[in-house]
Amino acid sequence: MELEDYGLLLGFLACVLLPAPFLGRYMFRVMERQPLWLSSHLAPVERLGYRVLGVEAETEQSWRAYAKALLGFTLLNILVLFGVLVSQGHLPLNPQQVSGLEWTLALNTAVSFVTNTNWQAYSGEANLSYFSQMLGLTVQNFISPAIGIAVLAVLCRGLARKTTQALGNFWVDLWRVILYILLPACLLLAPVLVWLGVPQTLDSYATALTLQGQEQHIPLGPVASQVAIKQLGTNGGGFFGVNSAHPFENPSAWSNLLELAAILLIPAALVFTFGDYVRDRRQSWALLACMLVLFIASLGLTLYAEHRPNPALVGLPVEQTGSLEGKESRFGVTGSALWAVATTTASSGSVNAMHDSFSALGGLGLLVNMMLGEVIFGGVGAGLYGMLLCVMIAVFLAGLMIGRTPEYLGKKLEAVEIRWLVASLLVMPVGVLVFTALAVSLEGPASAISNPGPHGFSQILYAYTSATANNGSAFAGLSANTPFHNLLLALAMLLGRLGYILPVLAIAGSLGAKRCAPPDSNSRFPTHSPLFVVLLTLSILVVSGLTFLPALVLGPLAEHLISVG
Amino acid sequence: METKQRVSAQAPAWRAALWQSVIKLDPRLLLRSPVMLVVELAAVLTTLLCFWPQEGVSLGFSIQISLWLWFTLLFANFAEALAEGRGKACADSLKAGTQGLIARKQTAEGGFEPVAAGNLRKGDVVRVEAGELIPSDGEVIEGIAAVNEAAITGESAPVIRESGGDRSAVTGNTRVVSDWLLVRITSNPGESTLDRMIALVEGAQRQKTPNEIALDTLLIGLTLIFLLVVLTLQPFARFAGGELPLIYLTALLVTLIPTTIGGLLSAIGIAGMDRLMRLNVIAKSGRAVEAAGDVHVLLLDKTGTITFGNRRCAAVHKAPNVSLHVLSEAALLSSLADDTPEGRSIVEFLQQQNTSKLPQRHEVEAIAFSAETRLSGADWQGHRYRKGAVDAVLRFLSLTPEQMPAPLAREVERIAQSGGTPLLVSMDDQLLGAIQLKDVVKPGIRERFALLRQMGIRTVMVTGDNPLTAAAIAAEAGVDDVLAEATPEKKLHRIRAEQAEGKLVAMCGDGANDAPALAQADVGLAMNDGTQAAREAANLVDLGSDPTKLLDVVQVGKELLMTRGALTTFSVANDVAKYFAILPALFSGLYPALGALNLMQLHSPQSAILSAIIFNALIIIALIPLALRGIRLSALDAVQLLRRNLLIYGLGGLITPFVGIKLLDELLVAMGVV
Repeated sequence: MELEDYGLLLGFLACVLLPAPFLGRYMFRVMERQPLWLSSHLAPVERLGYRVLGVEAETEQSWRAYAKALLGFTLLNILVLFGVLVSQGHLPLNPQQVSGLEWTLALNTAVSFVTNTNWQAYSGEANLSYFSQMLGLTVQNFISPAIGIAVLAVLCRGLARKTTQALGNFWVDLWRVILYILLPACLLLAPVLVWLGVPQTLDSYATALTLQGQEQHIPLGPVASQVAIKQLGTNGGGFFGVNSAHPFENPSAWSNLLELAAILLIPAALVFTFGDYVRDRRQSWALLACMLVLFIASLGLTLYAEHRPNPALVGLPVEQTGSLEGKESRFGVTGSALWAVATTTASSGSVNAMHDSFSALGGLGLLVNMMLGEVIFGGVGAGLYGMLLCVMIAVFLAGLMIGRTPEYLGKKLEAVEIRWLVASLLVMPVGVLVFTALAVSLEGPASAISNPGPHGFSQILYAYTSATANNGSAFAGLSANTPFHNLLLALAMLLGRLGYILPVLAIAGSLGAKRCAPPDSNSRFPTHSPLFVVLLTLSILVVSGLTFLPALVLGPLAEHLISVG
Repeated sequence: METKQRVSAQAPAWRAALWQSVIKLDPRLLLRSPVMLVVELAAVLTTLLCFWPQEGVSLGFSIQISLWLWFTLLFANFAEALAEGRGKACADSLKAGTQGLIARKQTAEGGFEPVAAGNLRKGDVVRVEAGELIPSDGEVIEGIAAVNEAAITGESAPVIRESGGDRSAVTGNTRVVSDWLLVRITSNPGESTLDRMIALVEGAQRQKTPNEIALDTLLIGLTLIFLLVVLTLQPFARFAGGELPLIYLTALLVTLIPTTIGGLLSAIGIAGMDRLMRLNVIAKSGRAVEAAGDVHVLLLDKTGTITFGNRRCAAVHKAPNVSLHVLSEAALLSSLADDTPEGRSIVEFLQQQNTSKLPQRHEVEAIAFSAETRLSGADWQGHRYRKGAVDAVLRFLSLTPEQMPAPLAREVERIAQSGGTPLLVSMDDQLLGAIQLKDVVKPGIRERFALLRQMGIRTVMVTGDNPLTAAAIAAEAGVDDVLAEATPEKKLHRIRAEQAEGKLVAMCGDGANDAPALAQADVGLAMNDGTQAAREAANLVDLGSDPTKLLDVVQVGKELLMTRGALTTFSVANDVAKYFAILPALFSGLYPALGALNLMQLHSPQSAILSAIIFNALIIIALIPLALRGIRLSALDAVQLLRRNLLIYGLGGLITPFVGIKLLDELLVAMGVV
């Protein structure tokens, strides 16, 4: 690694961590409807939104009412997006005259964007009209992270409030996140991206005469706006099929750094929002410490693996500078590896390199990031509520070990919470293991891979892990656009989204109704101590490790051990 | 002698437990413990596989695996049976007392008819004569009698039970030793103290406690996850072009699911109840015991808990112009015939100071305490020695309070302010001085409170004394807070206020006026010799009537949870090593390169799998003593406790199986069984 590589790492960490405490506080104020500088200007728009939605902004909902609203709205979004995608041929803003998508692909894409997964079985420039991109996908790129933050806010309120059913209003949360957090952030980021060279136009594709004298169509479109929200909202669905490896999405090293930081910006800041909710920022630092430990460990593994010479080429007269195959030379090994780790830990799924081309160990690291349940920063909102579920499991064991009914931040964790926790624990095994098992057992689906042996297994495993973890990045190599994979992956994405949201809301409801034990007694162990960070980190690793070790052994680990002989 | 007795007492318990562990194989009984039910299904499956030879698996290996799975099950059952067996003998002796017992039930006409004790219902009235057993729990409505409660409390001295007041409750299976009682039965068949004790020690109707249910749910969840892990392995292996023997997969499943804690969970719970039983405390539910481990605040009655129930002599103060010797002698003589604890304490105190020859008790003419004079004392050699409350003695001497010598008056004032009780002593018509009686704090109680504080539990002393007196005693005993001039309403209010802050409150009491507070508290400990109302309202009853038991209950509650938590951690941590034993064994046929994962260098796939299964079974046996004894709660705060348990059971759980499985592997190969 060169000096500039270290510079990139430090610059990235600074861009993510320095603004986090301030942005976190700002988001807390947004969620708790406290006065903001922006609200003095946007209040009329906010009120207009409530009038259009027919929402009484002052009425808060119980967790059940909240969940009902959320489920209904999610279903509606899937249906509308599905409708747009199958009928885009008849809709406006379609200068390239693309036709409607095949129904399984349309359903897969609709579910994918509504669940914040942004798994792309299609190729943007070839299959989608501007209408579908802007009014279909980009709208979901705002709504799905907003729902993530809203659900997190409900869990925070459940932990912070005492003996209440009222945990916020879904419509108010949704609208305020979009209006005060996501839209302003995009409006700040998109012009910078345009300045760095990312196109933003509604014109039809440019036509150029190549040196060979042939005509070439160069896809354009409203790229900058969509790139901004796909990065900030951990969506990851690129405007173009090759995502941020495309020079129009990610033209330079500077845009690379900026887009990288944008992936983790909001997830990292939300950790502080949580601390503000529970009036104890030490809790934030502890969670952040755990996330950083896992992030750096994963980054270290991937950097090590990618900077190593390819063992298959050792001994041949080839000069090797790390494995660059499948990576953009603009970003180099470090820029690509860092992006790959950030995007898999953050459930973003936007890519600037081919994950399929990563070495076996590098690919293993990326898989593990997702298998941990996307809790290292994770998706916007989703990562932190996933992390809080892990915290509750660690607290449960630790609580028993000191001889008390386990409690987190003064709230007792009892059978109700554990039941929902267990339900959420089953999501990853079902989505990843059972669905992968289904896919590899059937003749047709299993033949969609490009390589036999352990690498082919990794390809399918990666697809279902990515879908269930709502990541959306692809290992490529797998021809996933078949009716079977489209439908099963859609199911995995729904499971991975709702399989966490519903338990989280239910737990929030149960916790919110409880009394809160006083914080000042030394009968309870501090959940902000280094000891707890260690316990939390280990329990995350052990629980996921025990679940996925056999699959990992048969996939990337076998590939690695075979390649090193 | 003692060891010999214990051995002979335990031998049948072992034998009974062995037999019980076979009976408990009944799948209907195993439904309570889903983890072990999965083991049983696995055992049945492997047994069937012995008749269904698989490629690459020898019959001997199949038989060994299936045998060890059955052993795993038997070991877990044995732990439970052993825990139950400890209480069973006790329950049997309790039951023997009531069998065939006939009670004399009052009929509507006022006569009495013989009825089997088991048929008595709430509200029936029975007459119990001297020498008879009281048929069931009840309240004395007429009569006064001495009752021997040794069968329940273990205390051999008879106690007085009479109608009205705070000593009216009687317990079934206790014997009236004098006079007679008319008792109104207060419990239906199956609900009496005795029935509860039997149920408690037998563990038959044991309901799962809230934390146990939560832990059970987690264990079921883990079992489901591992079931998915194992079930999906076969398709994965087929994709890799191989086939895994079913018996290998079954073995993997059993080693992964949390059998260690799953097998010992109920034994831990039963053993906890058994420990309570030995403390002579009855829990109406396991929930109360767990809640005791969680309490933040303890409300303790001053009298009887923090101090000895009675005041004791602490000093004498002479009036001016009186020699200390004369005062001491007079005080001693006036108390010589006084049998109250206060009187005895004065004699004890002064006999240490005064060595001069004094008369024996029968030599003096005792003047007993009367409600009219409110004095007691003795006449001896023509002198009248009297002692009593300040105003009573002054009246006896026809003095006004102002006529009391000023230094003595100041002393009396000081005694009252420091929380003591001043008594005056007179000889004939002369006022000699004052005796200082004070509440004496029980030895060792201060240390216990310090321990509680370290565990994060605050103690509040409840007393009817005035705030000044209360504060003085509180300072001496080292409690954190005082509730002085307490009335039932004040107690109730205090408990509610603490609960509103989210705290769990425990209290103990005995009087009828404590009942509302006992019911309101999260943990209420009633004294068995208290009123029926208090016993009904509380969720714990101390048969030995020792209020400091609450501290022991807290400890048992905490140890129960700690044991469960530690063994769960141990169980899950064990899985890491088991993976490293079994996965290379499973997969090295598919990809020989995976042999690199065989960190322990186990000899063959079969020896690896067998070692893991045997380790899994033996660890249950090895941990039975720990499960029955419980993990000791040392006086550490939460952070230290967590660090210690994480190191022992977390890190220990990670390392132990690596060592154990490796050793077993060597042993198996040396013995040539694989």
